[in-house]
Amino acid sequence: MIEVQHLTKRYGPVTAVDDVSFKAERGEILGFLGPNGAGKTTTMRILTGYMPPSEGKAFVGGFDVQEKPIEAKRRTGYLPETPPLYPDMTVRDYLDFCARIKGVPRAERVNRVKTSMERTRITDVARRHCGKLSKGYRQRVGLAQALLHNPEVLILDEPTAGLDPKQIIETRKLIKELGGDHTVILSTHILPEVSQTCNRVVIINKGRVVAVDSPDNLTARLRGTETMLMQVDASGADAGAVLRAVPGVSQVRVAENREAVTSFEVESETGRDVRRELSAAIVNRGWGLLELRPMRMSLEEIFLHLTTEDTATASPEPPAGGAQ
Amino acid sequence: MSNVLAIAQKELKGYFASPIAYVVIGLFALVFGFFYYIGVAYFIEQSMRMMGMQGGPTQNVNEQVIRPLILNASVILLFVLPMITMRTYSEEKRSGTIELLLTSPLTDFQIIMGKFLGAMALYAAMLAVTLVHIAVLFALGTPEWKPVATSYLGLLLMGGTFIAIGLLISSFTKNQIVAVMGTFAVVLLGWIINWASTLAGPTGREILDYLGMTNHLEDFTRGIIDTKHVIYYVSLITFALFLTARSVDSERWRG
Repeated sequence: MIEVQHLTKRYGPVTAVDDVSFKAERGEILGFLGPNGAGKTTTMRILTGYMPPSEGKAFVGGFDVQEKPIEAKRRTGYLPETPPLYPDMTVRDYLDFCARIKGVPRAERVNRVKTSMERTRITDVARRHCGKLSKGYRQRVGLAQALLHNPEVLILDEPTAGLDPKQIIETRKLIKELGGDHTVILSTHILPEVSQTCNRVVIINKGRVVAVDSPDNLTARLRGTETMLMQVDASGADAGAVLRAVPGVSQVRVAENREAVTSFEVESETGRDVRRELSAAIVNRGWGLLELRPMRMSLEEIFLHLTTEDTATASPEPPAGGAQ
Repeated sequence: MSNVLAIAQKELKGYFASPIAYVVIGLFALVFGFFYYIGVAYFIEQSMRMMGMQGGPTQNVNEQVIRPLILNASVILLFVLPMITMRTYSEEKRSGTIELLLTSPLTDFQIIMGKFLGAMALYAAMLAVTLVHIAVLFALGTPEWKPVATSYLGLLLMGGTFIAIGLLISSFTKNQIVAVMGTFAVVLLGWIINWASTLAGPTGREILDYLGMTNHLEDFTRGIIDTKHVIYYVSLITFALFLTARSVDSERWRG
């Protein structure tokens, strides 16, 4: 549905996007993750045909965005970073105008505007002027505008920016719904958003793609070894010795020692689940097992891990599961 | 075509949703009315005097009222039309709505034509208001209608040129003040450039006279439609709109 090949964009001496390639299939929700200034917006602007790339190609629905801009744009709904609203227009007039320039046939126009407003929950402000809306409503009017012509591809630049928590949940729900029959690309720097809504994540930093994978795989991939967090009501030395003796355990660290309760970080060999053995070893000695949980690297940690290191060393593993 | 119309309508509605349309039409009508009053009052005084003299040269409403009025109107337009075009592109660039237009399935040509026609429609409405004055002359006297028609055609062409230039300059900047001053400077120069022709040599004089934007209007006010002048205005409009297209396109590359 969307294909980006070796995209590069230079602004004079500054390279904003550097050899970015990725694909998104129909029905997929692709998260575009990166710190501010990483090149997310630039990539999206190239995809929507707003600006041409310095090198490389972008395809939407099989149409080259540069060669066949009208065909590609007809299939794209785009919500820019700042919703492009005309302050003097009412919401309904604005959406009607957008429907016209997006080529929605006259007969369907009223209906499309109506359904778009219902989906984004802005029907109650239909008669208000766009310039007088709150940030949350502006954002949703912008989203309604992107949905109007029922495009195959939706490109959303920070769709939840400026929304309150309830609206964020609603918008994420809407995006998930849309993912069924649309291809969605959304950019964000809010990490939980990605793990909650996206099937796949492209992490981009300084214009380069540092990882492409599903949120779960990314977490697993960076884990390397399995680490468990255990809390035992026994002294550190005794319990430590017992845990070290469990087959498959490679390392045991005392994380915290508080009176009679000790917390351990237990590392084991990759792919080997030692939870059963660990709990048995503790309980058999008559100690209490207060907590046992696998420690996962949160998306935050992965993100920091990937974006703070140099790009050369940022992919500790070959991106085998990455570029599909 | 429906895309062009959609944008033209949006532009026209935009003028009337903001104070711009009312200010521009109001100012133009006010100053036009002032010139009209002076012209008619002077004409009546002259006529009275001629009647007292028993058979001087016959008085001509077309020559003595309408023609000077149209020429004066062209000078008012110099000030007023840049205000119509100042926001066409500047405002869209400043507020980011240009992103909506450029990512919709529209060609640059459609966007530019839509904006041009929207501004022309407002300009036509401005001129329509002045027809009330002319209608009064027709009600009280017997002027010829043909020179009036050609005068208004000339005004439309000349105003179209100002508007096309205004669009071009507006596409250069995010700042409306810069757009309005830039446009004003260019069209003002187009008015006064042939003042220098008296100083220039015979060839220079011809060139300067040809370049002047307002002196091409004079034949229209005499009731003459000379293709020379039509071509002058139409080619200037086309050229300015073409440059606007290039300017919008280059903006894309610069980002």
